[in-house]
Amino acid sequence: MKEIRIHARAGQGAITTASLLGYAYFTKGMYPYAFPNFGAARMGAPMNAFVRVDSKPVRLRSQIYEPDYVIIVDATLMRGFNCFAGLKEDGIAIVSQREGVEIPKLKAKQKLYVIPANDIAMKTIGRPLGNTALLGAFAAASGELDIEALTASVKQRFSGKALEGNIQAIQQGFDFVKNIKK
Amino acid sequence: MKELLEGSMIVAKAIQLCRPGVISAYPITPQTHIVEELAQMVADGHLNAQFVNVESEHSAASVVLGSEATGVRSYTATSSQGLLLMAEVIFNIAGMRLPIVLTDANRAISAPINIWNDQQDTISLRDAGWIQLYAEDNQEALDFHILAYRLAEDKNIMLPVMVCMDGFILTHGIETVDMPTQEQVDKYLPPYKALYKLDVDNPLTLGPLADPDYYTEARYAIHETQKKALALIPKLTAEFAKVFGRNYNGLIEGYQIKDAERVIVAMGSVCGTIKDVIDELRKKGKKVGLLKITSFRPFPAQEIYEALKNVPKVAVLDRSVSLGSFAPAASEIKACFFGKTKKPKVISSFVAGLGGRDITKDSIKEIYSALTQKEKTCEFIDLKPELLKENYE
Repeated sequence: MKEIRIHARAGQGAITTASLLGYAYFTKGMYPYAFPNFGAARMGAPMNAFVRVDSKPVRLRSQIYEPDYVIIVDATLMRGFNCFAGLKEDGIAIVSQREGVEIPKLKAKQKLYVIPANDIAMKTIGRPLGNTALLGAFAAASGELDIEALTASVKQRFSGKALEGNIQAIQQGFDFVKNIKK
Repeated sequence: MKELLEGSMIVAKAIQLCRPGVISAYPITPQTHIVEELAQMVADGHLNAQFVNVESEHSAASVVLGSEATGVRSYTATSSQGLLLMAEVIFNIAGMRLPIVLTDANRAISAPINIWNDQQDTISLRDAGWIQLYAEDNQEALDFHILAYRLAEDKNIMLPVMVCMDGFILTHGIETVDMPTQEQVDKYLPPYKALYKLDVDNPLTLGPLADPDYYTEARYAIHETQKKALALIPKLTAEFAKVFGRNYNGLIEGYQIKDAERVIVAMGSVCGTIKDVIDELRKKGKKVGLLKITSFRPFPAQEIYEALKNVPKVAVLDRSVSLGSFAPAASEIKACFFGKTKKPKVISSFVAGLGGRDITKDSIKEIYSALTQKEKTCEFIDLKPELLKENYE
């Protein structure tokens, strides 16, 4: 079983991100359970979305406290809050780049990838919605999913220009991590 | 066909497959997605039903009461304060023997205002005469709606059914389900033919005054029908298995219970978490099991007695409270054993997960550890004592 925790603010698409990730796993025959946890019920409030995935149906209904992966959609959340809390000893963090935000040092075996996700999104989608670039980066960093699964996932959600843009964003996020890994 | 969908979409599709003629509901978190989706289906012509917009839950319940009284299969959904606002009509629907199906996205009750999950809303209406089924996961939520209409409309039952599913955890949880085909549902759930209905050609009065000469018998009849439902539910689930290939007992489900020395009793989505904890404890050689209650009304007292009579220690986990008394499920579980020779030595009661406080594996392990010779009464798990200090000086 793998556990992914997404940190964002309400309105930044964390649920969509979790749902796209879940669907990508679903296309691989896996059983995802993607779910949100709302804080204050208003735009901009810090919130989490989670994906728990296994080769059999997931029964565990609690939030995720010891994730294998964290995806941080809004790096400003790290000001005064530890988004890496409970991250596994060999866990991977994917962070959307943001100037002026200090990223805390991770443990020796943990890996951090800082992705210019909003820059990628501006180029590909035309709006600063870096979520799909982060998913591409997640796939490359974790080795959990391939581009095809993520593409299949965005296809059932978007169409036309939005779909094209998101497919490119996934690829560029993926390539960004691959180039770092080289 | 296997589909990955949000719980609310799953329920909306289940209702679509059940072909209701009238839907009326008022939006409330975390139920809103269900009726939004149904309204969309009606607007797009994918569901041949009338969707009646209303200004409150009291009106929503009143509309479906009226439509069902004319012999049309009807549906509504709500949550928390919405269910409480419906309460007056809810009792009437059962009293008038109208087989409506309602989804409740289980949520805490104010005050303080809290939009998150617990089961206080439906538990507070347990005495309304409705059948109450609690879903563990979204597959059960889907299947129980189909079962609910079949059960409600059975000519020997004619009572409304409430399908209770944990708000957010299930309604907003995206899960894989096996979505039945229309042919399967049509095979299991025939079109509704009302035994009695409002009809200008054959005038009839529903819900009139029943003075002391008649009222008791009307209530007694519902009570007797609830007992009949206990016998019918397993028959309907057996038939369900033949059509859909999924087996439910429909009243209770035992998990690792045969040789269990300690059993946790619970309802709803927390049962999944408990099953994972049981697997972990079993690996360490601990003989522990789960008894899941699916049907809280009718209450399967005899089945529960048979399942637990040889278990030395039982813990009952309630996700609601009866303030000033024993926890709701715990008191009924205890009642099953009063005056019996065979019974658990200890039946301890725990309250957890109120207002969305997360029930973790550790919360369940704490219940397991607290299940000792010393019986616990309504013990609150994961309580924060630091928040209980008062100072008005």
